[in-house]
Amino acid sequence: MGDSQYSFSLTTFSPSGKLVQIEHALTAVGSGQTSLGIKAANGVVIATEKKLPSILVDEASVRKIQLLTPNIGVVYSGMGPDFRVLVRKSRKQAEQYHRLYKEPIPVTQLVRETAAVMQEFTQSGGVRPFGVSLLVAGFDDKGPQLYQVDPSGSYFSWKASAMGKNVSNAKTFLEKRYTEDMELDDAVHTAILTLKEGFEGQISGKNIEIGIIGTDKKFRVLSPAEIDDYLGEVE
Amino acid sequence: MSIFEYNGSALIAMVGKNCFAIASDRRLGVQLQTVATDFQRIYKIHDKLLIGLSGLATDAQTLYQRLVFRHKLYQLREERDMRPETFASLVSAILYEKRFGPYFCQPVIAGLSDEDKPFICTMDSIGAKELAKDFVVAGTASESLYGACEAMFKPDMEPEELFETVSQALLSSVDRDCLSGWGGHVYVVTPTEVKERILKGRMD
Repeated sequence: MGDSQYSFSLTTFSPSGKLVQIEHALTAVGSGQTSLGIKAANGVVIATEKKLPSILVDEASVRKIQLLTPNIGVVYSGMGPDFRVLVRKSRKQAEQYHRLYKEPIPVTQLVRETAAVMQEFTQSGGVRPFGVSLLVAGFDDKGPQLYQVDPSGSYFSWKASAMGKNVSNAKTFLEKRYTEDMELDDAVHTAILTLKEGFEGQISGKNIEIGIIGTDKKFRVLSPAEIDDYLGEVE
Repeated sequence: MSIFEYNGSALIAMVGKNCFAIASDRRLGVQLQTVATDFQRIYKIHDKLLIGLSGLATDAQTLYQRLVFRHKLYQLREERDMRPETFASLVSAILYEKRFGPYFCQPVIAGLSDEDKPFICTMDSIGAKELAKDFVVAGTASESLYGACEAMFKPDMEPEELFETVSQALLSSVDRDCLSGWGGHVYVVTPTEVKERILKGRMD
């Protein structure tokens, strides 16, 4: 991680008290594709646009929503490669916890440790902050949970949230549509409608990705066919 | 002379009806000489989890300190007490870390798990877990303890009867072992309270 010549941090304070690198990282996130998450009474849904650079790209090979453990999933806005690194580290941390305690890691603990990794990269020599914000969705003994983790390493628990390009419209839409006693299916519909708001072009099962987790505590990514079914219901 | 027999110890844990008992002897010796008659071998991790550590006393004390440290951090991070099964896995991992230079201890873990179901287990000095539904024993008097428990154990005993059974099993076994004895220390734990009692046996 960085040369010996870079034992000082590249993320340094500006006179106004800001860490400019983190601000820029947040800008990178803000220009990434929209992603959002909604916590329902009996589960959590996360979703993202999957706009590929060309029609020649094999969209089945692109997976923006990933599993961290069987009951915790994650989606991002920002730089894909940075996301892959974080997913790898988080999966390892979840497994280390399991190896020690023979118990699945609670969502809050995994989020804390992932956030700690992201914070390390704002205060270590020769590295830059991660250019992603994560939305972590999980279901454990404390029920359904949704967390956002930022490049700075701060994390927040949300009832519903959005990140990326269309964030302000998406959040306004979610504020209007969110209800405390929403069921998982309603949440999926709301997620689709929110994505549709800022979508350029025709929305279909092939250019969005949706992941859900319900009371069965098994996180899964919906297939394009299932997404098309939900889209049919929404219209 | 085995290192496990340097200080002498006797430990027993037994499951009852929605309760458990864990008991130990009180002797601390340096081989044949008795040095203390009030030595504590059983420690409370939290209200529903106790651990007894037999074997070399110095390792038992150090291991206990490490376990308390880990549990306190767990409580701060996860804002809850550790479940006995989780704690047993943690003890096993910590013991195996020292696989090639082990702690000369044999722990006996007893606690109330989810819905106050009693949980007991023991492990060897390098972390091989042994779960049991009825009783577990450890220490220099373990062979006698196995025999006594096997004979006296009944399933679903109430706390008072469990106390009597554990006490009799402990006292009769340590009488056959010169390295353990000088009374007993019995904890009977139910979902509502932890009752600690001292036994007076043959003081030799």
